[in-house]
Amino acid sequence: MKRRDFLRSSAGGTLAAGAAFKMGGFDKLWTPSSGRADAARYDMVAVMGGNPDAMFDLGIQELGGMGTFVRKGQKVLIKPNIGWDVIPELAANTNPLLVKRIIEHCFKAGAKEVYVFDHTCDNWVNCYKNSAIEKYAKSAGAKVVPGNSESYYHEIEIPGGVKLRKAKVHQLLLETDVFINVPILKDHSSTRMTCCLKNTMGIVWDREYWHSNDLNQSIADYALYEKKPALNVIDCYNVMVKHGPQGVSKGDVVSMKSQILTTDWVAGDAAAAKMLGVAVEKIEYIPIAHKMGLGNMNLDSLNIKRIKM
Amino acid sequence: MSSSLLRRLRIVFSTLVFIFFVLAFVDFKSIIPSDYINDLMFLQFIPSVIKFYDLKTLAAGGFIFILLLTLVTGRTYCSFLCPLGIGQDLNSRFGGRIKKKFRRYGFKKPFTILRYSILAATLVVTMVWGVYMITLLDPYSIFGRFMTFFAKPVFILLNNFIAGILGKFDIYTLSNVPVKGFPLIVYGIPAIFFLLVGGLSLAKGRLYCNMICPVGTFLGLISKISIFRIRFDEAACTRCGRCAIRCKSSCIDFLKYDVDVSRCVNCFNCIHTCQDKALTYGIVRFKKKETETDESRRKVIVGSLLLLFGMSRVASGQEKTAPKPKKESTVKEDRTNPVCPPGGVSITDFNKDCIACSLCINACPNGVLQPAYKQYGLAGMMQPVMDYHKSFCTYNCTKCTEICPTNALHPLVLDAKKLTQIGKAKFIKDNCIVKIEKTACGACSEACPTKACHMIPYEGNLVIPEVTEDLCIGCGHCEFACPASPYKSIFVDGNAVHVAAKKPENVESEMKSPIEFPF
Repeated sequence: MKRRDFLRSSAGGTLAAGAAFKMGGFDKLWTPSSGRADAARYDMVAVMGGNPDAMFDLGIQELGGMGTFVRKGQKVLIKPNIGWDVIPELAANTNPLLVKRIIEHCFKAGAKEVYVFDHTCDNWVNCYKNSAIEKYAKSAGAKVVPGNSESYYHEIEIPGGVKLRKAKVHQLLLETDVFINVPILKDHSSTRMTCCLKNTMGIVWDREYWHSNDLNQSIADYALYEKKPALNVIDCYNVMVKHGPQGVSKGDVVSMKSQILTTDWVAGDAAAAKMLGVAVEKIEYIPIAHKMGLGNMNLDSLNIKRIKM
Repeated sequence: MSSSLLRRLRIVFSTLVFIFFVLAFVDFKSIIPSDYINDLMFLQFIPSVIKFYDLKTLAAGGFIFILLLTLVTGRTYCSFLCPLGIGQDLNSRFGGRIKKKFRRYGFKKPFTILRYSILAATLVVTMVWGVYMITLLDPYSIFGRFMTFFAKPVFILLNNFIAGILGKFDIYTLSNVPVKGFPLIVYGIPAIFFLLVGGLSLAKGRLYCNMICPVGTFLGLISKISIFRIRFDEAACTRCGRCAIRCKSSCIDFLKYDVDVSRCVNCFNCIHTCQDKALTYGIVRFKKKETETDESRRKVIVGSLLLLFGMSRVASGQEKTAPKPKKESTVKEDRTNPVCPPGGVSITDFNKDCIACSLCINACPNGVLQPAYKQYGLAGMMQPVMDYHKSFCTYNCTKCTEICPTNALHPLVLDAKKLTQIGKAKFIKDNCIVKIEKTACGACSEACPTKACHMIPYEGNLVIPEVTEDLCIGCGHCEFACPASPYKSIFVDGNAVHVAAKKPENVESEMKSPIEFPF
């Protein structure tokens, strides 16, 4: 083969491969997310007194079962908080047992695939491993996907955002049908609390932009984005009440043995704030999101089911 | 031993060694356990010598084995254990394939003056000033840098390509690894050596090893009294000259039935190629001794030493200024010291023992270790330095301290590392988003694993960072996370001498477990 011929043929091959890559996958972008529950019996279910998996079993039952949110053949994204390289007892990451149980419910409801990922703060391999979430999620049959490289993220627009009008979100959010948000409630050094809304910082690539562009407004702005969670499951089993969001020792953790399930993430954050003992108004992104019409922070006007095990 | 068996043994053994070394350096996922890497490094001559000098324990005595091996067998090390040597053999083979001329060597005179000058200069510079010349010329370190600077990115790109394809099929066993380059300037030295070693080995076999490499020259000196050697059976030899043509070291003078043992690297190609079975590898038989001193040679050695003295004076006389600002900004980060990796004990200690092989730079799972260009001064060029604009030192990790082959980074157990303060965070309020924008941020405090960096009340509902220096270990997560640009509002100033940090507090929270829902 002549050098010229070789160059020509390999260039052709590269082009074809590139085109194939480009065309695959993103058709999902245009189909609306259909997992949203319109007929849930309660706005919020709060469970107290059991293990994370048992509390979820009860809570989801009260909401009509996982079938309310996940239909047969759908792809589900579960987004826990796996931000830190610490063991489960320190409660910096979502409880692995809870993550596992949710995945099992998704499959039981007929989910085709369940994916788990987070854009971690610490080294992602260690976070996935030491949080035990990777192991538990895989044992339940989910696919644990890395979020460590910008190549996994695609730019989306947030029309109506005050500070945040664009973000790069993980491709899984775009490619799946149902998004289940599974934050852990924690104290937070700058926003006072991290829970439902703040958990979305692990979906995007460029968090720094949020930090330097009015963090609280950016958090609320992101909630405008069309791909909203069908369900939020708030892990309040062990709660880091100081030194958040990373924690230093077990002294930072209080056992609350609780869980909150809600379709309204602003309401979820408002309830979580009460659990943490912080006035809702102090956590600035909650009233901002409320005013933007992204949810209801007035818990009194909601239909809440409270269960004690 | 049968002649062709020796050569085959050499090829199999060296191929395995080479593969292991390549894997050790391109292991971008830290799959290989540190113990294996330590075992691999044990028999590397220069790292072992430096580690032994530092620790004075036989556990670092790999070089003694090499010395004995050389005394008995000659420069076996160069063909069997030196990754740079094996790599050159591969390249020579490649050279022979592309050009007939490149696989015909023939006898050449040794570059005696040059090689002994380099060896002497290396010894003197090392004893008087430090490891600078070793850093430059140690074959293991050169190989390491080739891998780090040139081979690893290729492996990562390959991984990313495959990961991309697998991802399309929903398989995530391989993940995309971001490729991060180094500052352009640090590529200079590896590139020069890549051209030099690569070019010489492509066309001239082991000329680099016999002209420049101080380890090769040193082992060659010892080989002069080695017991096993390649020798001629003068009766059987038909003087066909095939051996000399095949000799990568160009050290066989078949007309004199002589093999220059100081240059022979025991590749055994000559034995393999000899059709008359006139060459064997066995115990030496001395005939007559020729001893002659060459006055002019000595003068040249002394002269070149002086020249090199001057050069290293220039090198060690470099000022250690803080990195210069890149762009205009409000307040510059005012660094007094670079941050040297944990286990380094002190910057001077570390600079003294590190030969810049870059193994730790590869092993670091966070990619925070970067080859220095001027942080340590010219003499510390290519030694690893913590770069908190690239990444940060992850709290639960001691990888670099585990694998350092020269003990420039002392092994640290995790608990000790978590309390080793390699630098202190300094807060620049005037650069802080909270002060400038009057909006919440706290990225630094979020990232801080010890809460040395914490938030205190500021205006209104706002909180602003504050640093308790005793608690800070200098991991740089705050600096990395800080979104202020171009100058960070928090940065880590290196400790010239590493010290113990205070243990973070462990006070039980006053909050009680709830009995009722508070809503």
